[in-house]
Amino acid sequence: MTPPGATPVVDLDGLGVRFGKRDILKDLRVSLSGRTIGLLGPNGAGKSTLIQTLVGFVRPNSGTARVLGHDIRRDPKPIRSLVGYMPENDSFISEMSAVSFTRMMGELSGLPRDAALERAHEALFYVGLGEARYRLLGTYSLGMKQLAKLAQAIVHGPRLLILDEPTNGLDPPARTRMIALIKEMRESNQMHLLICSHLLRDVEETCEQVLILKQGRIVHCSNLEEERRANQRFVELEAYGPHDGFVDALAKLGCTCETIGNNGAGLGRIKMTLPPGLEVREIYRLAAERDLQLRRLNYRRDTLEEIFLKAMET
Amino acid sequence: MAVYKRTYKAYEGALTPAWSRFLILPRSAYGRLLQSKFLVMYLVACFFFPLGCVAFIYASHNLSFLAAMNIPAGPLLKVDDGFFQFFCGFQAGMAVLLTAFVGPGLVAPDLANNALPLYFCRPFTRAEYVFGKMSLLLALLSAITWVPGLVLFLVQSSLAGTAWARENIWIAISIFESLLVWDIVLCLIALALSAWVKWRIAAGGAILAVFFAGAGFGTAVNAIVRTDYGSLFDLRKVIGLIFSEMFRDTAVQAVPVSDAWTALALTCAISLWLLSKRVKAFEVVK
Repeated sequence: MTPPGATPVVDLDGLGVRFGKRDILKDLRVSLSGRTIGLLGPNGAGKSTLIQTLVGFVRPNSGTARVLGHDIRRDPKPIRSLVGYMPENDSFISEMSAVSFTRMMGELSGLPRDAALERAHEALFYVGLGEARYRLLGTYSLGMKQLAKLAQAIVHGPRLLILDEPTNGLDPPARTRMIALIKEMRESNQMHLLICSHLLRDVEETCEQVLILKQGRIVHCSNLEEERRANQRFVELEAYGPHDGFVDALAKLGCTCETIGNNGAGLGRIKMTLPPGLEVREIYRLAAERDLQLRRLNYRRDTLEEIFLKAMET
Repeated sequence: MAVYKRTYKAYEGALTPAWSRFLILPRSAYGRLLQSKFLVMYLVACFFFPLGCVAFIYASHNLSFLAAMNIPAGPLLKVDDGFFQFFCGFQAGMAVLLTAFVGPGLVAPDLANNALPLYFCRPFTRAEYVFGKMSLLLALLSAITWVPGLVLFLVQSSLAGTAWARENIWIAISIFESLLVWDIVLCLIALALSAWVKWRIAAGGAILAVFFAGAGFGTAVNAIVRTDYGSLFDLRKVIGLIFSEMFRDTAVQAVPVSDAWTALALTCAISLWLLSKRVKAFEVVK
């Protein structure tokens, strides 16, 4: 997953974490170097534990991991200097204004007082809390608290931003805004992002690399862009009228077809897999040539959902 | 420089030295703390007794002034080790109340709002966090205990002369050491209870309970078991024993001073253990 010579963003080397007698992460081995990395898995898969291990909250029981080239066992402090972390749950100090809070977090990361104040204002404007930055955090709505958490995570200009369920509890407009911010930060090319989520859509929209965990093990790791290019495209349509000739014509174009239902004059369904390069408009053209009525046509690519479901079956 | 910037940019400036970052916690907390009028009034009240002591020292060196005012001088106006020991005892009591007022706000808000992961995901350790929070209370306690104590010693030295100061320099050292030990013990107890009791009023009550309930329990132990060692549960008596040793009080004590030191060390150790259990980035739920 990492090009030769490049320093991976996250390098897991036989990483294992155990709480009591329960293995939470088991012998994880992978090297990730994407600009945005999605961490997926069902509840209890170990996503949050992996993140907490990377930022040094949890000590691994076996193996190790490297974040931006620093070993989590030997160099936890340099890692924390380079990382910005947005936790999943509410984390703030309710009696502080957003600007004081963000400034304090910047100072704790090593920024001088004046620089921290300036960056706090900038970060809050950037996430869209500029007008509310002097309000106490305790008076913020859930969406605003999420944005405040994002502001404190980026105030010191981290090289790796770790977002744990960034769209948790957000209404659709707030979610759209959060996704847009994540994309914007990705496009800035100034940081890597590690996004932990159980919402496939969020990861699909923002990430170029995906790591799927199940019961503490890696079940899938791939480059989403490559997957998208390689993945098959499916069409399912309902046609009214005789469609034998239509199916033969599709087969000649390289489609793999399966007919369900009536082949005669009635309504029938055809499921097909499109070969690379064939556009959907060709199907319409063939139907028009045969005067075949298309009552419904569903087109879909092999999405992250399929990848995820396949991974869950393993 | 304009603050309205809607594009993300990384920070490339200089960083502060890591050792100084614990000071950020008290600096950011003082503003909020001093918004409380009650606290400010109590802090002012804590200086009444030291001011009275300054007046006392002045009067003891100006007998003609007392005579002019028709006030009998007598042997009561003697500034010696006993005077400073009494001062320390009084201010130590004031420090307990100040701790009960300030202490609950130290760690509890961070725990209640789950803010600890935000501290510890930065290059900031648990020890620095505890030290930073402790320094907030320690500075306030110092301001009402050993700092005015040393000021009194300087006033007395300036009026009594350098010979007195040279002969009694040990008193200044005792003031500093005994009150600093007491302040540190108070800070650790306050931090530990603040970390375990999230509700502020309850945490304040718990801090007072350590002193008053401890005294009651100690008295009960003394009465039931017919011993004097129950006094070691009463931290005010424990520090009183230590003051008596520091100020070379020759009165016979029921409990050895070494045991008082052990009790204080044990209190500190328990407080640190309680803190280590709670001050964590996250908790594993069993």
